[in-house]
Amino acid sequence: MNNTSLDNLRKCLHRQVPSVADEAGWIKVGLDTGGIAAGGERIFDLISEAVATAGLDVCVRRVGSRGFAFMDPVVEVNRPQSRPVLYGMVNESTAKAIVQDYLIHNRMIDDHVVAERNCSDSLDVPTSHILIQDTSCEDGDKSSESQIALQGVLKGCGLHDKIQVVRALDMGIYGEGLVLQLYPSGVTYYNVLSKDLQRIADTTLIKQAVLKDLLWTHPDPQLRVVLRNCGRIDPESLDDALRCGGYDGFTRALAEGDPSLVVDAVKKSGLRGRGGAGFPTGLKWEITQQSKGERKFIICNADEGDPGAFMDRSVLESDPHAVLEGLILAAYAIGATEGFFYIRAEYPLAVKRVNLAIEQARERGLLGKDILGSGWNFDVQVRLGAGAFVCGEETALIASMEGCRGSPHPRPPFPSVKGLWGMPTCINNVETLAAVPWIVDRGGEAYAAHGMDKSRGTKVFAVTGKVKYPQLVEVPMGTTLHSIVYTICGGVQNDIPFKGVQTGGPSGGVLPEKHLETPITYETLQALGSIMGSGGMLVMDENDCMVDVSAFYLKFCVDESCGKCAPCRVGGYQMLQLIIKISRGRGCLDDLEQIRRICTAMQSASLCGLGQTAPNPVLSSLRYFEDEFIAYIEGGTAYARKRKKALSEGNPLKEAI
Amino acid sequence: MKSTAAPLLEHMDSSMEEDVRECANHWKDKEGNLIMILHEIQNRLGFVPREASLLLAEETGVPVARIYEVLTFYHYFKLVAPGKNNITLCNGTACYLKGIERILTELERRLGIKDGETTEDRLFHIETVRCLGCCGMAPAIVVNGKTIGKTVPTDVAGLIEGIRKQEVGHE
Repeated sequence: MNNTSLDNLRKCLHRQVPSVADEAGWIKVGLDTGGIAAGGERIFDLISEAVATAGLDVCVRRVGSRGFAFMDPVVEVNRPQSRPVLYGMVNESTAKAIVQDYLIHNRMIDDHVVAERNCSDSLDVPTSHILIQDTSCEDGDKSSESQIALQGVLKGCGLHDKIQVVRALDMGIYGEGLVLQLYPSGVTYYNVLSKDLQRIADTTLIKQAVLKDLLWTHPDPQLRVVLRNCGRIDPESLDDALRCGGYDGFTRALAEGDPSLVVDAVKKSGLRGRGGAGFPTGLKWEITQQSKGERKFIICNADEGDPGAFMDRSVLESDPHAVLEGLILAAYAIGATEGFFYIRAEYPLAVKRVNLAIEQARERGLLGKDILGSGWNFDVQVRLGAGAFVCGEETALIASMEGCRGSPHPRPPFPSVKGLWGMPTCINNVETLAAVPWIVDRGGEAYAAHGMDKSRGTKVFAVTGKVKYPQLVEVPMGTTLHSIVYTICGGVQNDIPFKGVQTGGPSGGVLPEKHLETPITYETLQALGSIMGSGGMLVMDENDCMVDVSAFYLKFCVDESCGKCAPCRVGGYQMLQLIIKISRGRGCLDDLEQIRRICTAMQSASLCGLGQTAPNPVLSSLRYFEDEFIAYIEGGTAYARKRKKALSEGNPLKEAI
Repeated sequence: MKSTAAPLLEHMDSSMEEDVRECANHWKDKEGNLIMILHEIQNRLGFVPREASLLLAEETGVPVARIYEVLTFYHYFKLVAPGKNNITLCNGTACYLKGIERILTELERRLGIKDGETTEDRLFHIETVRCLGCCGMAPAIVVNGKTIGKTVPTDVAGLIEGIRKQEVGHE
């Protein structure tokens, strides 16, 4: 057993990893689907070219996404001996400027540099740049005026040659007046008035003392566990993953030599299925471990069909090795003989990167026969989904993997007892698996330390819709909706009044403004008539019509119903007809009663999760926005026509009615 | 008009048989391989023609009815040849809220076809799909595999003209 000691395993794994001279400086270009769609490939080429022309010893790398979807393409630059700087919305001229102005002359680029939330209060490094942004913009953006004013103050102190004042693209702080961040120390001042500028120069810049009254001290509400390496490592390089602690959890588990310890750690962590249902992962593993079968399977469910959610895609594209390691750990824990990734065919880049990760892992002896000399055998294959939402449901997914129509089966027997080809099968979501290596490496308690009540750890949300800064957010469970929508994502686009947040996609519901302060957990969302779901979070403003949105979601579920059971097939269709009738102004109050009756029937009699949850968007819209349905009913066809016109032209509601 | 369509089909006739055999062989030993074979056939041919299904049934022993059961269940598989230039619109919730319908209407108006149809000259095909996963850049469309984010209806005219010009250049 000597050769499976932790030291030996890690040595054996890290032997071939070349070390990198990071001091020499590097540039990382975010190239996930979002980054590529925003022209990231061209930026990568331009930067590589400019670096080569200038003869700089700087390494240009491809990385995944940091989650800042609104500022794609993102480029992170580390000059030798300094702190990395992030640039967003990089265009061709910015790409050239990054090399010419920043790398060579240490001049940051206005309107592209991004400050990270930082509540540092130490000023041990002299300031070389000041990032500045007007975050309230109530009477127009005053960033430029403030920049000139601060430059004037610096000139008065004779500091203008030493410190550059730069307008930032984003500071991660919203609605707090003028915000300043000193680089490289990260000291941040907020609600700065023009009279404070002289004080900042005298005290902070000259005497190196922090002004406590202006200091930003709110810690970042985000905590990155699943997204820990996303946007920081090259997703196509196993070496890069290993350098950032990849497979540390697996080697630890292998060295301990007892699969039950892995199950225990996950049980202790309180991790629950992140695909939506929230079944305790440790328990699922334990049941599968105890089930007997000639073969045993582990499947990673990467069939992210929920419209408006993109966290799985982002993780698979940015850190595939984390998910693969999670899958290997799960296999080790339950004693699986074969593993599968079931990925949406609509995500070609994710498929490519996962395939590459599997190949690399196989080459290094992390997959295949006698893994790392431990005598344990396990291998993984990729299977593609084909565009059926219902295949996210466990039993339908299994049917699809077997090469059939994706129709669900009644449970029990549960897949953990009788699943793929009749063998015990464990199915876990991408996000669940990506959290596992972290848990195994640091212990279940470390993960359970975050969260609230029965929902432990962190959850990734894809915040989109009418929000100012759509992005991926990872927060501890129990964070409020307000904190996510306003503090992290900057609030509603164009400052139109907020209407609601839709969580959980077509299976979830909408939460109105009065529930913004609700801490998010599986239970609280359920109590309010919504669900956690896979973590899509869609912000809606006052102009969005709830009748229309209900019809949209319901239409989705009707299209996606596999047709096997009548409550879902017939109920969904009938309900959609009623809602369409209402949206044309031809409904009556009895229709609402009828809709509620159909909802109850679908919830209690449908075979699988799709049918049982399909009424949720409608029910929760009725619960919180019944007046909108009634307005259609009372207003008749004239109202419906006006409303439809306003929606199709994208005009604000008030102008139309 | 039919002259543009002909070479596409001709090419398929000559190599389709080989393609289908290769795909079937590649996945021969794997369990539950039908969907993966169909994916590979569609990747090579652009869609799954009836002839390919018949041939596949012969090759693998799976009844044609079972193949069609799968083909028609999943949205991803196409049974008819797509156009030369495919414009895919994302109809995910984020794109829906941000007005993908307005872009669809504009495309339909300018090309004279409906969602899911191909123009008579087979130059354009438009379809809406479920979420593309680019919700941060809503509303998003994909033109010949290239994703374009934050589109507005006024982009449509330029987009179509650009493709038309390219096509003329090719000829």
